[in-house]
Amino acid sequence: MFAPDRSKYPEMRDGKPVIELDSQKYLKIWQGPQHPGVTGNMSLELTLCGDEVVDCKTHVGYLHRGFEKLMERRKFIQCFPIVCRICVPEPDTNEYLYAAVVEELAGIEIPEQAQWLRMLNLEMSRLTSFLMWIGGQAGAFGLGPIGQWSVTHRDYMLDLFEELSGGRIYHMYMIPGGVRNKLPDGFAQRLEDTLQKVEKLLGEIEKVMFNNVVLKMRAVGLGLITTDMIDRFGIVGPNARAAGIARDVRKDNPYLHYDQLDFEIVTETAADAYARARVRFREMFQSIDLIRQIMKNIPDDDHYHTQLPNVLHWKIPAGETYQRAESTRGEYGYYLVTDGSGYPRRIYVRGPSYTHAVALLEHMAVNTNIADMAGLMVSLHTYPPEIER
Amino acid sequence: MNNLIQRLQNRFPISAVHQQRPDLAFCCVDTKQAVALITHLRDYEKFSHLVFLTAVDYIEQGFFQLTYLLHNYTRHCDLGLRVRLDREQATMESIHHLWEQAATYQRELKEMFGIDFPGSPRVDESFILEGWDNIPPMRRDFDTKKYSEETYFPRPGRQTNDPENYMKAKLYPEGDA
Repeated sequence: MFAPDRSKYPEMRDGKPVIELDSQKYLKIWQGPQHPGVTGNMSLELTLCGDEVVDCKTHVGYLHRGFEKLMERRKFIQCFPIVCRICVPEPDTNEYLYAAVVEELAGIEIPEQAQWLRMLNLEMSRLTSFLMWIGGQAGAFGLGPIGQWSVTHRDYMLDLFEELSGGRIYHMYMIPGGVRNKLPDGFAQRLEDTLQKVEKLLGEIEKVMFNNVVLKMRAVGLGLITTDMIDRFGIVGPNARAAGIARDVRKDNPYLHYDQLDFEIVTETAADAYARARVRFREMFQSIDLIRQIMKNIPDDDHYHTQLPNVLHWKIPAGETYQRAESTRGEYGYYLVTDGSGYPRRIYVRGPSYTHAVALLEHMAVNTNIADMAGLMVSLHTYPPEIER
Repeated sequence: MNNLIQRLQNRFPISAVHQQRPDLAFCCVDTKQAVALITHLRDYEKFSHLVFLTAVDYIEQGFFQLTYLLHNYTRHCDLGLRVRLDREQATMESIHHLWEQAATYQRELKEMFGIDFPGSPRVDESFILEGWDNIPPMRRDFDTKKYSEETYFPRPGRQTNDPENYMKAKLYPEGDA
């Protein structure tokens, strides 16, 4: 077995390096809070020995707007336009989950068409979020132009969101009770045109990014996630799937009509940054395929929203529930506690970055070269606002 | 799920079992038995995933409810454990030895609710708020509006106009006769 010379590195005591800053052997560097490639702000307090990271602490709080606290003082319908703001690149998962927990406790059934339109929205938003991520991942390894291409194509997707909901970034489309609109005339054709554009782009990205020798040399073997780490750190989503763990909420706990769609869970086995990029890249094709399947199944009628009670006097019986959905970063969840009043007692938002960006990143950063930290961080697809809510 | 609850009831004093959905149940457990039950669920019942740990403030009744949600990847079901803590002496045993990310949850609960988890790594370090000197802000007796009125001040030079009259005066300064 390879036994590297660790004599120059700090002594390990109780699994933690003993770092004496006064010894002049170490350098502290504050990386962030701005990171090209990560949508949101967080800082990494890195301790370096030469160019190798020996200790990492994640600092969040730059985007704390107190959403959970704000929502405790707002009526259920007033929370609806707040929740999407917890995640900028993929707000629809928040909208869906908030609507789902409220509907469950209020005993509201939503129309068939609304269920399919919600799935369409969720898959479109997955694709949009991955397009944002792939630019960051390529940029972190020095491939700048890919971000320019993918963000342009993300904009084509945002045009479709604007057509559907009136909003480009925050859609506020999946209102409790259903959705706000049905598909506009000619939407299916324009969606198909955009999907074909995105497919063409992905073909080019495959050649330029995944066959690029620089990316392979830097990403292969970077940030290994071993199987025993999966449950110990609560790793979910593509980060777990790249380690060969076939877990996907859409398959395991199907919501909406995901059980009626034909798809396989995407997995890789190498468990490094390159494998995680491959999983996400293949999931972009999966989302395109799912959007096409969904479009064939959307019923064409005028029932896309259930009449809600007067939302200004809307009281929901006391209860407690949790709903989860698969976001691009893994399991996303909403925990709602109601007490029979017109206001939620507690809403807790479970974002996958909470574990990936703090406990996991702090663990994985150790022994990483400082130049690879950005690539490692983006390969976990962290998104800070869902940590601090 | 029913079999699981029965098995657990034979070993642990759990109460107020509520089956919310076929794949989701909640139950109450005594503070002192909670960590033993969580360890049992993780090691023997395959609830290997800590979905989240959070608190709910029941200020009227004077207690915090800690909710541990555990997920079983084999049966694809969730079990939520509710633990009641006295609001005045909110201290709970740590579970950071079971899951690495639990320390982050506990650090946030200390900061946001003031619930202490002795022995949990870096539990006293600030997580989201820096230099906070008020009561923990997620407690229901913390009034956000009052705090912002006392801490911040309205920016001078702002005035609110009635849009209709304002635009009328701007577009038709001589009057719209």
